[in-house]
Amino acid sequence: MAKLKFKTDFCKGCGLCVDACPKKLLKLATDKINKKGHHPAEITDQDSCTGCTSCAIMCPDCVITVER
Amino acid sequence: MVVFEKPHALTDVPLHYCPGCTHGIVHRLVAEAIDELGIEGQTIGIAPVGCSVMAYDYFNCDMIEAAHGRAPAVATGVKRADPDNHIVFTYQGDGDLASIGMAETVHAAARNENITVIFINNAIYGMTGGQMAPTSLPGQVTQTSPYGRDTSHCGYPIRVCEMLATLEGPEYLERVTVNNVANVRKAKKAIKKAFQNQIDKKGFSLIEVVSSCPTNWGMTPQDALKWIDDNMLPYYPLGVYKDRSAKEEK
Repeated sequence: MAKLKFKTDFCKGCGLCVDACPKKLLKLATDKINKKGHHPAEITDQDSCTGCTSCAIMCPDCVITVER
Repeated sequence: MVVFEKPHALTDVPLHYCPGCTHGIVHRLVAEAIDELGIEGQTIGIAPVGCSVMAYDYFNCDMIEAAHGRAPAVATGVKRADPDNHIVFTYQGDGDLASIGMAETVHAAARNENITVIFINNAIYGMTGGQMAPTSLPGQVTQTSPYGRDTSHCGYPIRVCEMLATLEGPEYLERVTVNNVANVRKAKKAIKKAFQNQIDKKGFSLIEVVSSCPTNWGMTPQDALKWIDDNMLPYYPLGVYKDRSAKEEK
């Protein structure tokens, strides 16, 4: 099963990963603020993730690590 | 099993770039190429002046900071000092490579120096606050062209790959972009080939990456990637502009 790990404090909340996910499983956590003051990206449904790495490929800040 | 993580050739320092800036993606692609070719210990990078001026903090290999535009000249010196043991790349923006550093770029290409040049073209001066660059599109609004770039007195943007392709010298010239997953994968392939060419002692390879600058273009990161498709790519078509080895093999 695929698993995404987020290095939350590196996230700048640009949302490129959100758009890249073919299954639309990511969102910016509007209820959280990281050290940089951004809403960090998070996954809404880990079980549906296939680990295609699209989100990690588009992330400019290497926030996401993908395990499969 | 980990299928995607930060490449070893990048340090664990947070990048200073604006949210959604594609510099981060290109940094990672260069680092992945270095990792996959196993050349981290022998690679020397040359950082430019511009937004990516602090690239020396981000790559794990040795880095040198060049004067504005002079990265290909510095790279020439480093490469010629020990051509068999050093892999030398420069990482330059359009203000650095296509404006003040145009002479160094053209002559390094004409001499077919065995170096790899990564050229980020985002059609604007990012670090200094969004002034018109040599690559700004006709009609593009910037800080110094508030009514849009007027070609009657500002001239036309320079297509670097096409221009260098007229020279006998360069080995490999390709224009790629990083505005979606498929294009990032293609860009990765191009960057890796540019490093492989240097290892094979083939000569000057330049990869132009059409990039975004959400902050100075004044739009969201998502709109900026779409703007690349709608406005940049019609003027800067993607593709391989020169591949001397492939031509000779035919």
